[in-house]
Amino acid sequence: MSRRDAVLARPDRSTPPARTRRTGRVPVALLLPAALGLLFLVLPLAGLLVRTPWSTLPQRLTEPGVLTALRLSVQAATLATLLCLVLGVPLAWMLARVDFPGRRVVRALVTVPLVLPPVVGGVALLLVFGRQGILGGWLDSTLGVTLPFTTTGVVLAEAFVAMPFLVVAVEGALRGADVRYEEAAATLGAGRWTTFTHITLPLVAPGIAAGAVLCWARALGEFGATITFAGNFPGRTQTMPLAVYLALETDLEAAIVLSLVLLTVSVVILASLRDRWLSSR
Amino acid sequence: MLDAHLVVDRGTFRLDLPLTIRPGEVVALLGPNGAGKTTALRALAGLIPLTGGHLSLAGRHLDDPGRRIWTPTEQRAIGVVFQDYLLFPHLTALDNVAFGPRRQGLSRHRARQRAATWLARVGLAEHTHCKPRHLSGGQAQRVALARALAVEPALLLLDEPLAALDARTRLDTRAQLQHHLAGHSGATLLVTHDPIDAVVLADRLVIIEDGHVVQEGDVATVTAQPRTDYVARLVGLNLYRGHADGHHVRLTDGFQLVTGDRHVGGVFVAFAPSAVALHPRRPDGSPRNTWPATITGIQRHGDNLRVQLDGPITVAADITPAAAAHLKLTPGQTLWAAVKAAETRVYPAAAPLNVRAEP
Repeated sequence: MSRRDAVLARPDRSTPPARTRRTGRVPVALLLPAALGLLFLVLPLAGLLVRTPWSTLPQRLTEPGVLTALRLSVQAATLATLLCLVLGVPLAWMLARVDFPGRRVVRALVTVPLVLPPVVGGVALLLVFGRQGILGGWLDSTLGVTLPFTTTGVVLAEAFVAMPFLVVAVEGALRGADVRYEEAAATLGAGRWTTFTHITLPLVAPGIAAGAVLCWARALGEFGATITFAGNFPGRTQTMPLAVYLALETDLEAAIVLSLVLLTVSVVILASLRDRWLSSR
Repeated sequence: MLDAHLVVDRGTFRLDLPLTIRPGEVVALLGPNGAGKTTALRALAGLIPLTGGHLSLAGRHLDDPGRRIWTPTEQRAIGVVFQDYLLFPHLTALDNVAFGPRRQGLSRHRARQRAATWLARVGLAEHTHCKPRHLSGGQAQRVALARALAVEPALLLLDEPLAALDARTRLDTRAQLQHHLAGHSGATLLVTHDPIDAVVLADRLVIIEDGHVVQEGDVATVTAQPRTDYVARLVGLNLYRGHADGHHVRLTDGFQLVTGDRHVGGVFVAFAPSAVALHPRRPDGSPRNTWPATITGIQRHGDNLRVQLDGPITVAADITPAAAAHLKLTPGQTLWAAVKAAETRVYPAAAPLNVRAEP
């Protein structure tokens, strides 16, 4: 009632309420670096578009090498994202819903790959899953499973680097979700697992989707850990970023075309997430 | 049906609430904010554990910290209508109601059948496939009630079930709620701070303040003979405690009231705000109680004005707008208050609270 009164009272004022932000001149000392900063971010992308061989683009894109790298990239990133979902969502749930000792330490550990240089991640993966690694040696000798320098290795490296993005996003969504819905489910006879599958998951589905897209984008662009742990074998472990790097030394135009593809994917992802992260002006 | 002694320690706050509810009985748990109403409801639902006492429902011991017995929420024969209903937003009204029966092991088809029956019973047969966001407040409340009743609970818990509704919807919904509660064979606990809900819906009132029962009894007794300031305000009476000697009651602060009834010993004196007359000058004649009073506040109260007065005793007076205009009432003004002895009600303060003693 009082709110409506306030709204009704407003037309009495002859002028609309003044903007709090002053509209004076912007200082050059701020304007100049701001413009330079924008230029610095946009110019390289524009350069990529300028140097793109548009006339030969269709042939370039359908070259077997490009298609192979693209297919491998998409497959590996998708598998890595699935792996992250299977392991990361329960991990996020534990962090958000279960009060266990050392939870803060676990949360810190989960986010380490976010700040760790990916090459270091690749080295670490080699030390554990490599043929002489702690687990890798056992896997190799008893199960005959070799991980490094295989497509599976690519998936592992990408999942290692990308999983924190998913866990952080999903944990945030879980913390934002109203726990009382889960309490309501419990009063109706639902145990924790049923509540998780029937109530919690649907409620945080948008958050999980956003986290998965972010995770997929990170996996798609993964370079350092992949080249360290999985190597650079065309058709097996050579993903798009690796192909770009290799092409740069032999065929600049091929590198540009591959980069353009990755840029397009990034823009599409950004557009698909704009409602979620860019809606705040 | 329900036999409980709820003891919950939470830092400085302690809930200590003996509570029994017979099958088919509706008990209203009333109290000011922070009295422990919600804590009691959550303890009954198993959303927080008891730290002492015991809780048994339909012959089953659900919670007894002394004997290390604990039953998780999902295994209790309860149904809860939450204050803001908490309908699952991704499920239709039908699937919201079917959720509980489904968890009881019914097939999807049977659960939906039962849900449809319940939705029809609360008058929402045409809204079965609506998502909660397309339901009005009153409809959502009825879906929530149907969802809680569809599990056929031994104990139905209602947490401020009408608080989120506007005044008009509340009236209709309250009447419907009364109908459905009458048909519920289990025990019902209604948590509310609205005395009207309690009076209309409940067979018995339990009033708690600061975690403890201050008064308990049927609606007529509690409204006629409040025993704390909170209850008196709830039922709209002026209430004082004092010592009676015949027709005179000396209040704890020394002021003396003349009463119609004779009593001896510790008593409560109560009278309605409408029994207080206001005069610009000291009145002569029949009223036996008169005192000078200062206006501290004036509010609208129904068709009348409720005037808060300070003086030897603080008192609320209801007067008509015409009388108010005649007296030209303004805060800070001093005038004379008068109450006839026959308008006062006196009852013993020493009467045992209708609360069971601790074993």
